[in-house]
Amino acid sequence: MEASDVGPGGAGSSDVWGARDDARARPIKVLVAKPGLDGHDRGAKVMARAMRDAGFEVVYTGLFQTPEMIASAAAQEDVDVVGLSILSGAHLTLFPLIMDALRERGVDDVLVVAGGTIPAEDLAEVEAMGVAAVFGPGTPMRTAIQFIRERTPRRDEP
Amino acid sequence: MTDVSAGDGPVTDVPPPATPRQDLVDRLLAGDRRALARVLTRIENGDRVGAAASARLYAHGGRAHVVGVTGPPGAGKSTLVGALIGAYREQGRSVGVVAVDPSSPMSGGATLGDRIRMGAWHGDDQVFVRSMASRGHGGGVARATTDLVDALDAAGFNPVIVETVGAGQGEIDVAALTHTTLLVQVPGTGDAVQTLKAGGLEVGDILVVGKGDLPGAAGLEADLRGMLTLAEPDPPSRRAVPGQDAWPVRVIRVSAQTQEGVAELADAIDAHRAHLARSGEIVTRLRARAEATLLARLRALLEAQVAGTTADRRVADAVAAVAARTRTPDEALASVLTVLAERGAPWAGAAANNRSASFGRR
Repeated sequence: MEASDVGPGGAGSSDVWGARDDARARPIKVLVAKPGLDGHDRGAKVMARAMRDAGFEVVYTGLFQTPEMIASAAAQEDVDVVGLSILSGAHLTLFPLIMDALRERGVDDVLVVAGGTIPAEDLAEVEAMGVAAVFGPGTPMRTAIQFIRERTPRRDEP
Repeated sequence: MTDVSAGDGPVTDVPPPATPRQDLVDRLLAGDRRALARVLTRIENGDRVGAAASARLYAHGGRAHVVGVTGPPGAGKSTLVGALIGAYREQGRSVGVVAVDPSSPMSGGATLGDRIRMGAWHGDDQVFVRSMASRGHGGGVARATTDLVDALDAAGFNPVIVETVGAGQGEIDVAALTHTTLLVQVPGTGDAVQTLKAGGLEVGDILVVGKGDLPGAAGLEADLRGMLTLAEPDPPSRRAVPGQDAWPVRVIRVSAQTQEGVAELADAIDAHRAHLARSGEIVTRLRARAEATLLARLRALLEAQVAGTTADRRVADAVAAVAARTRTPDEALASVLTVLAERGAPWAGAAANNRSASFGRR
């Protein structure tokens, strides 16, 4: 039996990364957000594009997002993954606020990943907050896509 | 009775849901927004939990006024919806939004970028914005859009706004699932002849001139008004009740930048709702919506069934023959119908016989 219940162009399609996602009932849904005040969104857009081409549904919320905006969007959109792109250096301030805001809204089973410029010495602290991976400059897109594919929680039961 | 769904496609005959799933719907009805979000996901996926939730929620729907917003890509539909949310919140009304963006025919992926224009209400639990990908469905909306609208309706949002994929002239499915259709046009996209063309302009109950602060907006407004005066007072494309006046289509110039026209637009939507109720046209529209919904479900079942035939070798051979031009598409169709009939679609056998009988006359 084919997983065709998402219709044409759904999870059953092969994607540019050569993988097939038949096992999944729907495309992975990802929120891409730029928390804080830096205006550098090229990385976020590159990743949004790559994930779209990998067959993900990407909710792009753009620049200058507050923790509350991110959590609200993640909750309403019921995403599987939250991707945070940050180049301002404020990650140690903003990420804990974002994780708290997500928990407050009952978004406690999403995969949170980050990208941007996060210094190596901060990685342990960022990961301890619950950020599953940090994709720094130079990360091959395939690596990030593969990680998300493998680590996105399955949520078939309510 | 054959199983036309063959295990694929949307599920219609659903077993009663287990208790925890009922709890999800109960939580939704009690105002739990997270439960609502979860239910929307399951409905969108067309799985059994979603189908069961839809079935339970159906009795709670039918209260919301459903407003469709369509128009070309970049016309400012999302921004307009954002402005309308503001107008409704000022009146103390809650607003649900379903915003559809296209899925890639290549990867199945999608970029959903509508809520970026509606970010001002993130702390307000009387505003609920949900993005959805079209997932291969044509017509400017997704297959499950109408079910998501019903769920937001059941959750108490009123109005519920549906924003379509950026649509050209022909994607008018939204008109079948909403009560009031807004067609957004913007200056600089053609001369007055464009306003004469069929399709979207016929289904708009309110024609919105978007980006009304731009040069050319006044000219477009005049063109649209002029187009409306060319029609008979009651053209067949309007769905008026016999003996009742048809809704006089309005043209409203709106600038989300300056807020000009936004309140007027919200008032016009209310006036249209009042007209539908007063004239009895609401009955016609609800019936048309029900018919469209049923036909869409039937189509989805048939599509799933038809899609399943491509795995059969005879169909693959027929495809190859058409590509090589050794058979015509009509001739090759016979192979597909044969396979379908074998897979348990009784109508396909009959269709195959009719086709071979009538083939010489075509």
